[in-house]
Amino acid sequence: MSNSQGAIAPATYGEMQADRTTRVAHVRERANWMRRRLLGMILAAGQGHPGGDLSATDVVATLYFDILRIDPTRPNAPDRDRFVMSKGHCTGALYSALAGAGFFPEADLDTYLKPESKLNGHPNRTYLAGVETNTGPLGHGFPVAVGIAIAGQIDDADYRVYALTGDGELQEGSMWEAAMLAGHRKLGKLTVIVDRNRLQQGARTEETNSLEPLADKWRAFGWDVVELDGHDHAALIDAFDAAAAPRDTPRVIIANTFKGHGVSYMRDQAGWHHGVPSADQYALAIGELEAEIQS
Amino acid sequence: MSAAAAPTGLFDCRDAYVRTVEALAADDDRIVAVVNDSVGSSKLGAFQKRFPTRLVNVGIAEQNMVSVGAGLANGGKIPFVSGAACFLTARAMEQIKVDCAYSEANVKLCGISSGVAYGELGATHHSIEDVAWLRAIDKMTIIVPSDPWETAEAIKAAAQHDGPVFVRISRMPVPELPRTDPVFRIGRGEVLQKGGDLAIIANGTTVHHALAAAKTLAAEGIAARVINMSTVAPLDEALVAAAAATGAIVTVEEGLSKGGLGGAVAEFCAAHAPVRMRMLGFPGFAPTGSAAWLMEHFGLTAPGIATAARELLGAVKAG
Repeated sequence: MSNSQGAIAPATYGEMQADRTTRVAHVRERANWMRRRLLGMILAAGQGHPGGDLSATDVVATLYFDILRIDPTRPNAPDRDRFVMSKGHCTGALYSALAGAGFFPEADLDTYLKPESKLNGHPNRTYLAGVETNTGPLGHGFPVAVGIAIAGQIDDADYRVYALTGDGELQEGSMWEAAMLAGHRKLGKLTVIVDRNRLQQGARTEETNSLEPLADKWRAFGWDVVELDGHDHAALIDAFDAAAAPRDTPRVIIANTFKGHGVSYMRDQAGWHHGVPSADQYALAIGELEAEIQS
Repeated sequence: MSAAAAPTGLFDCRDAYVRTVEALAADDDRIVAVVNDSVGSSKLGAFQKRFPTRLVNVGIAEQNMVSVGAGLANGGKIPFVSGAACFLTARAMEQIKVDCAYSEANVKLCGISSGVAYGELGATHHSIEDVAWLRAIDKMTIIVPSDPWETAEAIKAAAQHDGPVFVRISRMPVPELPRTDPVFRIGRGEVLQKGGDLAIIANGTTVHHALAAAKTLAAEGIAARVINMSTVAPLDEALVAAAAATGAIVTVEEGLSKGGLGGAVAEFCAAHAPVRMRMLGFPGFAPTGSAAWLMEHFGLTAPGIATAARELLGAVKAG
């Protein structure tokens, strides 16, 4: 029944473009746009989580502008690919991507965190088409994504399920309940991306409650593991292309990233977890990002 | 914990539950069951044999069980998530709040062996707080069926309803209740016994005790109305307002009255229809003892209910 409404038109760039160079350039431009847009949202709102938004931006841009088979005109199509933002506080990355992908007008981004805005501090599916499940408290999105993948497994459906988790989020026990079940059930259409920026809210993950050896942990739970530079668009495209091939194990992509990536003074600084730039700092960031896309 | 058959004329509502889920599943391939290693205690063995791919056993992991249920709903399924009520609710509370209620996911949570069904096992296994906890969560529908017929109807209604539902299912043997006009609707209570001197509002396993208490009171010349309030949320406010007009309400439930059915009725009455009340339920952590003993000991069977009714009427008369 999941395919009863017909196949989704491939709305994403990667499906239409064979040329890898063009795909990479497109994702690079979109990620740069997302960075500028989300910083503007945070500046205007006076709140946000720029550190984690910027570490996740390249992964989210690759998915929304190259990989996901989604159609903003049919956000609940049964055979759509699912993306679950398990690190739900990173709404700057998610909302800019959803707007860029056409789920709502870009101008709505300016309502971010304003009273009664549909752009809540954490994503809410009843407010906003394109959000699969409400997240915010850590340890929720990934287990829900496992449930979606099980529904697809029962139906032998074609859709793929992606979840983006924080690395600090992996300290939540529910994540490993979900990882264990996904490995046991061999959910081959499930791909999890760990935003491995090595920082949690106040300190480094390894100083707080260490995650390493992280790849070994996932392997022990029955997962394929790929490690890459989470800011390398070509590597991300290749990894997602490879993950789309038929397989009978769930796959985790450990994306090594830096919090605040793309803005020199934010990069790898715990203080920017939920820091807000001043007007001058914002101008400096935009200048850096504009120079980067013109290079 | 034995699987012995209930005494003649008494029924284990889990049987009606699984019979109904299985019948629904035969007609609708969206129906799936999700369990936490509780195939046996949820009595879902036959379901598993008949629909092997549609029973998802997550193992002993209640948080994941509820999240997976929400994910299955996202994938177009109608999941009946079943586990011992004490673990399903307490352990997975944030998953119920966020993944089911706040996300408005179409998940059916079935709390098995609720209340003090696991009497001897102690307060860790008693689920007397579940209704109070879930009633605090917006968008949750909460149903506490009273007998096998109503359990079956509640499960059918839950499958039809688009949104999260908690159905509280006992394993304590109960009789089929006498009904002249059996119609079940979510959010509607039913008057099982007419009477104008006071109203006894009960649900779940206490309804038949309330009917027995009304019989005792009738012999003393007291006409007690008996209301089965199986849906606690949303509350049938019209029926409560009418009950308040009698001048006295006794609530009875196999759970905490604070925050439970008693709390729900009291909140409504305090704001809209002030009335003297007695709220019968467990006062807090209960000791070990059989379920039947606990119900008797805490005054939740016919003699205790009748005593509370007499005391309340006396207090009302005294002003």
